[in-house]
Amino acid sequence: MNGAHDLGGMHGLGAIDPEFDEPVFHEEWERRCFAITLAAGFLGKWNIDMSRYARERMHPADYLGTSYYEHWLHGLQTLLVEQGILTEEEIAARMLELTGEQDT
Amino acid sequence: MSDHHHDHDAPLPDTVLRVKALESLLTEKGLVDPAALDVLIDTYETRVGPRNGAKVVARAWVDDAYKKRLLEDATAAIAEFGFQGRQSEHMVVLENTAKVHNMVVCTLCSCYPWAVLGLPPVWYKSSPYRARAVIDPRGVLEEFGVALDEEVEIRVWDSTAEIRYLVLPQRPGGTEGMDEEALADLVTRDSMIGVGLAGSPGGV
Repeated sequence: MNGAHDLGGMHGLGAIDPEFDEPVFHEEWERRCFAITLAAGFLGKWNIDMSRYARERMHPADYLGTSYYEHWLHGLQTLLVEQGILTEEEIAARMLELTGEQDT
Repeated sequence: MSDHHHDHDAPLPDTVLRVKALESLLTEKGLVDPAALDVLIDTYETRVGPRNGAKVVARAWVDDAYKKRLLEDATAAIAEFGFQGRQSEHMVVLENTAKVHNMVVCTLCSCYPWAVLGLPPVWYKSSPYRARAVIDPRGVLEEFGVALDEEVEIRVWDSTAEIRYLVLPQRPGGTEGMDEEALADLVTRDSMIGVGLAGSPGGV
């Protein structure tokens, strides 16, 4: 699949700009996203190729405009829904509930 | 931090909420154990990292028999240290010499030898590195402050989901009397990806 993830040789993406003394994670949500992705993988419902394919199916504009762990999050949700573990509706509902909690 | 925006922009509130929603749903259904999540995070944040790879490199510098095993069957030789498993099931070690410099990329994703280097840095996973490593490796090396002689051949290795590479950097000069532990301190993460050189004593 030659989607936006197939980056080898692409021009115009700019400097690499490595960060000195970079932390392993930059945000708390990245830690949690990393851990739930690994833990959900242990359920044995998918393999590494399926995980990658789930990320590679992101819309190219979204893929290039989001960060690495956002790719993971997209892939994880896709797999959880496709495997019938969670539904889009219950995820949306839970997000709404959590918004309410934050407002109070 | 403000200069390093390309792969960790402040996430939309939606992203943070979605992570929380997935975690709470999976926990509620008993599919993930919150204590196990903390262990996973701690493992990769504090226990597994490039110090592992540095020990392997330093051993190869001082022990020719080990180096031979490492180049012939890296997975087994690395497992002698107990470093194995996740994202490092099939390891290949690439030896840098005066004539050949190896560097590693994953153009399609972010494949990286976790057991010996930990989780990859943001730049390794970023679009610019993945795009440019394969068409302009010399320019990329210069960006990392590495200027190689024109005659040095640069070999770029594109990782796959199965095979993970570790670069064996050249042992710096002036290190003849140093023991393995001191040598390991000279081995940087970047030198094992091939975008750096091992540090010289006193000048890391």
